[in-house]
Amino acid sequence: MDFGGINPVILIATLMASAVPILLAALGETVVERSGVLNLGVEGMMIIGALGGFVTAVTTGSPVLGFIGGAVAGAALSLIFALLTQVFLANQVATGLALTLFGLGVSSLGGQGYNGIKPPHTGQLLPDALADLPVVGPILFGHDWVVYFSIAMTVVLWWVLKATRIGLIIRAVGESHEAAHALGYKVNRIRLMCIAFGGAMAGMGGAYVSLARVPQWVDGITSGAGWIALAIVVFASWKPWRVLIGAYLFGGITVLQLNLQVAGSGIPVEYLSMAPYLITILVLVVMSAGRKGKSSAAPAALGQNFHASR
Amino acid sequence: MLRLEKRPTPSRFWLYATPPVAVLLTMIAGGVLFAAMGKNPFEVIRTIFWDPMFGQFAFYLRGQLLVKAGPLILIAIGLALGFRAGIWNIGAEGQYIMGAVCGAAVGLAVFPTENRLIFPVMILAGAFGGWVWAMIPAILKTRFNTNEILVSLMLVYVAETILAKASTGFLKNPQGMGFPGSRNFSSYPAAQNAYLYEPLGLHWGGVAALVTGVLAYILLTRHQAGFQIRLAGQAPRAARFHGVSPARLVVLCMGISGALAGLAGMFEVTGPAGQISIDFNTGYGFTAIIVAFLGRLNPLGIVLAGFLMALTYVGGEMASTNLGLPSAAIQVFQGMLLFFLLAVDVLTNYRFRLAVGAH
Repeated sequence: MDFGGINPVILIATLMASAVPILLAALGETVVERSGVLNLGVEGMMIIGALGGFVTAVTTGSPVLGFIGGAVAGAALSLIFALLTQVFLANQVATGLALTLFGLGVSSLGGQGYNGIKPPHTGQLLPDALADLPVVGPILFGHDWVVYFSIAMTVVLWWVLKATRIGLIIRAVGESHEAAHALGYKVNRIRLMCIAFGGAMAGMGGAYVSLARVPQWVDGITSGAGWIALAIVVFASWKPWRVLIGAYLFGGITVLQLNLQVAGSGIPVEYLSMAPYLITILVLVVMSAGRKGKSSAAPAALGQNFHASR
Repeated sequence: MLRLEKRPTPSRFWLYATPPVAVLLTMIAGGVLFAAMGKNPFEVIRTIFWDPMFGQFAFYLRGQLLVKAGPLILIAIGLALGFRAGIWNIGAEGQYIMGAVCGAAVGLAVFPTENRLIFPVMILAGAFGGWVWAMIPAILKTRFNTNEILVSLMLVYVAETILAKASTGFLKNPQGMGFPGSRNFSSYPAAQNAYLYEPLGLHWGGVAALVTGVLAYILLTRHQAGFQIRLAGQAPRAARFHGVSPARLVVLCMGISGALAGLAGMFEVTGPAGQISIDFNTGYGFTAIIVAFLGRLNPLGIVLAGFLMALTYVGGEMASTNLGLPSAAIQVFQGMLLFFLLAVDVLTNYRFRLAVGAH
């Protein structure tokens, strides 16, 4: 059942894994943006997470600790962003960019000496008996735990944002910080926690790149995944389910172009490797054009700092 | 407890004091970082900030300052115009690459013709390449309301693959024994961006940077378009009542910044870099963002900030060859500078007050 050397079952199974980094990062950013904060430092937090996760996993020998280390590293970096934007009221766009530049620098400084090392392997979660089933085996049962974790997080965040008190508070802060403040919520403190959560998710996504996808340490390993995650949040109209769809669509394109490169489709490799970025632009155009005239789905207070004058 | 209080009017003192204070704080934090890496912080700071200007090799390094500052200033001035109007062109690196590729392609297409007109046409082609690359996010924003930050950034990755294709494919040196990279412009006088005055490191790119600084200052302070840019950034609603067309402003600002970034790329590739190669670009497009903020989005400030940032590049290279400081440490240092700048900037619009008792 191959189409031009590409097996659709393996394609779906691989795309689920390849979408994990951007899915985790985009889910985290969704929460951040729903609370009214635009953190453009996702790329920086991801690459710090990739390094933090890699170093932790290599030194402890445990991939699980590695993912936790990646999340901690990402959250730690995001706290710089939180300090600058929530305490010093700095411009969010500029601070996010600074975070990315700083994260790229720190990761390439801290990553020296880790080239060429293999991290401990993150194995398949379920027994072979299930994973070896035809068709459904590789797609449903053949993954490591992070793939299931990312899907579970989609469901959890959908539920939290839609049906819980915490979700309501986050959304209130993001839609109208003045009103939320008047109701007695600590706007900046809530945003700070959302930023830290987003940082942890981005860091974990980054750790998946260096621990499972590549898996080794290379300078600039995330190569724009953080920016694509930001685009997917827009594509998803700030909804967790659509983030999942967006990330899988994107993962599918990435896997497909890699497969086409291997299969030797006659399309030059350079043009295939720019395809994910061009398609992201296309998707942004389609999403933004479709919403023209109607009010935007973006949280109303997105990107605005809040300073309580009273 | 300390609390922030909004100033009735922005402080002029802190507007100008912010950059020096931020540089000082960065030196302290950077010193701690260098000490943690087992280097003598005073020696490193001296190597970065003092030696390029007054040290043993200053006669050569002073020239390098303008070589590095030129492209940073050119790009940063363009970015600052947009940033002032709330238009975030983040993809200057891509526009820089495309300017270099287009400019170089025109020159290489007519190799080895010698004609006075070749270099001016290459300059136009470089500006055009950057302009086209910036027009993509600009037109998508005005037509479809897409986010210019994301689109311009995605185009950086696209430009990088085009650059890779250029240096291994369509612009590859036919006599290069199969090595990637184009012909070297230093052996093609008509298309070369040679030094006009070598001890100062002055080439046409440096001239363009300084002239652009003055022109942009005049544009912002004396021209209608400059007024509209400032108005749109500070009071978007008032700007609309004033009759400022947001779409035209986006096209104008993105176009200028794209063309300037393209020029910077073209001057770099035909001069200091010498040839199109896979990694001739060194991230100037991103560092220029720091330069723009460090210069307070003011063209004349940017010229100063460009030289300061060039100092960290030149001094950083010195520190890496003489003291074994990893080059990534300089990148971290530059990132820190932007953080401190943004943090100290709070004092322009707010002041800290001791909150006594209930309020």
